[in-house]
Parts: sequence; C-alpha cells; structure tokens
Amino acid sequence: MEVRIQREPFDLGAEANAFSERQSGIGAVVIFSGIVRDLPGGELEAMEIEHYPGMTERSVAKIAEEALNRWSLGDVLIIHRYGALKPDEMIMMVATSASHRAEAFQSADFLMDFLKSRAPFWKKEIGGPRTGWVEAKREDEDALDRW
Amino acid sequence: MDVLYFAWMRERIGISREKVETGAVTVRQLVEELSCREPRYAAAFADMDSIRVAIDQELADFDAPLAGVREVAFFPPMTGG
Repeated sequence: MEVRIQREPFDLGAEANAFSERQSGIGAVVIFSGIVRDLPGGELEAMEIEHYPGMTERSVAKIAEEALNRWSLGDVLIIHRYGALKPDEMIMMVATSASHRAEAFQSADFLMDFLKSRAPFWKKEIGGPRTGWVEAKREDEDALDRW
Repeated sequence: MDVLYFAWMRERIGISREKVETGAVTVRQLVEELSCREPRYAAAFADMDSIRVAIDQELADFDAPLAGVREVAFFPPMTGG
C-alpha cells in the first residue's frame, strides 16, 4: 500500500505502468484518475486544493487499509495533490489490483467515495465572479451508505 | 490547545490556527465560547450543520469531550477526490 499527498504533478501513465509491473499473481488492475474540470465557458483559472497536513495522510491511509481489509487485493496506490491546479490537470489517482476485476473495480469505487467525503481536502474554484468554495454534495455523503 | 481552521472557516475567522486556553468540557462548549469572542467567530460558526470537527486529527462530533486534547480543527464538509 502506498499513499502520496503532494503538490507536484504526477505522470499517470508512468505510475500506472510501475504499479502494474510490481504486482504478481494478480489478474486485474483498475486505475481511476480525477481531473480539474473547467467551469462552463472556460472561466476556471485555477482549482485551489487545501488540505490538513497530518490528518490527510492518516485518514487516506486508513481508507486504504479499510479497502485492503474488505477485499482480497494485491495492492493499493493513492496519489492526491494539493495547491493551485489548472483546468485539465490531474488532481489524484487510485490504483487497485486483485485476482479478478470485480474486486479491483469495487475497491476503487469505495476508495473514491471515501476520499471524496472523509479525507480532509477542500476545493476552491478561482475564476472571476464564480470564485468560491466547492460545496459538498448530498449524494456524495449518501454514497457512503452503499458500503 | 491548538485550534485550527480550514477553507471558508479559515477565511471568515482570518487565521489558520491559534492557541486557546479554555475550560470548555465539550467541543460544543468551545464553539459557544469562540462564538462569543467577536462577530467574525460568530459568523464562522453560525451554521453548525455546515461545520465538521476533528479532534487530534480524527473526525469527531460536537459532544466529544476535550479533556487531554491537543488539537481541535473546524472545517466545512470535505470535498476531496
């Protein structure tokens, strides 16, 4: 299991390849990545991501450990960035590996649901009159009940 | 103890952390104490449904006791991923 909370960009292809190559005896790898989505009309100048150093690392590691307990997984990798990101930049990625695809897909889905609502990150959209904090969605909180 | 603020809590109060000497027994009492200080605190804590709290870097609820606690953080619902 590996968790990286970083300001720097990451290379999704290189990370995905390295993750896949270090697995053995597995049959499936699922990679998800989240990207900064522009506002309608291309108004987004930046997405500022704030986090809680210390708690972030701990809570993300806890979420990853929970996934490893629930499913029979080969490995989990989570990378999440903070700082000012431009539209189309990669915010984060998760990778899971398992013998079969169902476990890899389900655990990646689980990780995303919990990273969204239980890891201390906050997004602020910077872009003229639309500047403001992204509000948590009711459905994101409800999604946790699935698990 | 150290009290930390993130996102719009930090912006409304105007600082990201401070040392607080308090006799508050629970988080809720601490919130009441802080809210009485100045209007900017009262404004930041006005809508308690929109605030989450972590005690020593673990999510907690507002009735949690503060005895022995080193760090309390207040912030809006998280928007990671």
